[in-house]
Amino acid sequence: MKIAVLSGKGGTGKTLISVNMAAVLQKSVYIDCDVEEPNGHLFFKPVDVRSEKVSVKIPVADDNLCNGCRKCVDFCKYNALVYVNDRLMVFEDICHSCGGCVLLCPERALSERDKVIGEVRGGVSENVTIISGVLNTGEVSGTPIIKELISRISREERPVIIDCPPGSACIVMESIKDADYCILVAEPTLFGVHNLDMVCELVRLFEKPYGVIVNKCMDGENPAEEYCVKNGIRILGKIPYDEELGRLNSNGLIAAWVESKRYRELFKSLYQKVAGEVQA
Amino acid sequence: MKIAIPVEDKSIEGNICQSFGRSPYFLIYDTGSEESVFLNNTAAASQGGAGIKAAQIIVDSRAQAVLTPRAGEKAASVLAAADIKIYKTINDSIRDNIKAFTKGRLTLLDDIHPGFHRRRG
Repeated sequence: MKIAVLSGKGGTGKTLISVNMAAVLQKSVYIDCDVEEPNGHLFFKPVDVRSEKVSVKIPVADDNLCNGCRKCVDFCKYNALVYVNDRLMVFEDICHSCGGCVLLCPERALSERDKVIGEVRGGVSENVTIISGVLNTGEVSGTPIIKELISRISREERPVIIDCPPGSACIVMESIKDADYCILVAEPTLFGVHNLDMVCELVRLFEKPYGVIVNKCMDGENPAEEYCVKNGIRILGKIPYDEELGRLNSNGLIAAWVESKRYRELFKSLYQKVAGEVQA
Repeated sequence: MKIAIPVEDKSIEGNICQSFGRSPYFLIYDTGSEESVFLNNTAAASQGGAGIKAAQIIVDSRAQAVLTPRAGEKAASVLAAADIKIYKTINDSIRDNIKAFTKGRLTLLDDIHPGFHRRRG
């Protein structure tokens, strides 16, 4: 079973929920798809970490073979190629590595080279296997790294928790593609509702079963809860605004692993609710 | 000498466009013959890389200078590769800027911006 945890903005508690859910299971895999700022490893402190580089293909022109026909320039809808002064110029960070230009070149003047954009790190911590994607600073798109992360769990038998990047752009779509269920984490504010609405639209587009966890709940108004009730969206649970939980989390501790059983029970029951939803 | 200017309309009496890559038209003006040609900027509707493609259009027009309020770094690098100089415009008027250019009163654009259209996802 693969469960993706996502939200429309950062700081709602995706990592808190992902890390703690993975931690309460007997055996599990935690995938950190927030490749621009992966931080799940700070909680798990995995050992036996192994890294593998992730690269993308970038076209290279052989100026001796290129006759300036510009078929590649006209083809590239990302405008990554220009032909100036009898030479092809390639804009690496605009290129989406589709390979179309190489296929199209009648002179076979284009080939591809690998460009490293980041890496995937795997390690273990107690009962959890941790796999994190890391995008190198300055790189534009983490999508190829997420593709690599998701390919690693295609045949995984253990429950997998996918900690998604914030938002609803391509990198999130790539992260939830293979998920059996999506947990949407929301804050109980009007701003939270706006962000929740965005990710609701996304998971509906992907036809994924989903439910909402409202985090940092206080007494009084709860616009996120009202939004769910109004739209008939399943609320999996509400996590109260809890200074102790916040303190543990900001000290890089896994609340479900500390002595008090309270948090362990909280995250276990949340997981069981999700598991029940998936089987239903 | 041919110069290129991003413009809002197909008229020399009109205004200069504030964007280079997303400008609807380019005026290619010949300072010798005083002839004007307006090119459609086919890059304007691009999802990304508009400045790059727009710069290719300028390169192909054989213009030797561009008069623009601003330009992104990728567009600037394409123009630089073709030895096309970029001059900063002084106001919105096409005529005023052509006049200033021919009198040698325009300065080179030095605040090249890093682009507004960061690719997402």
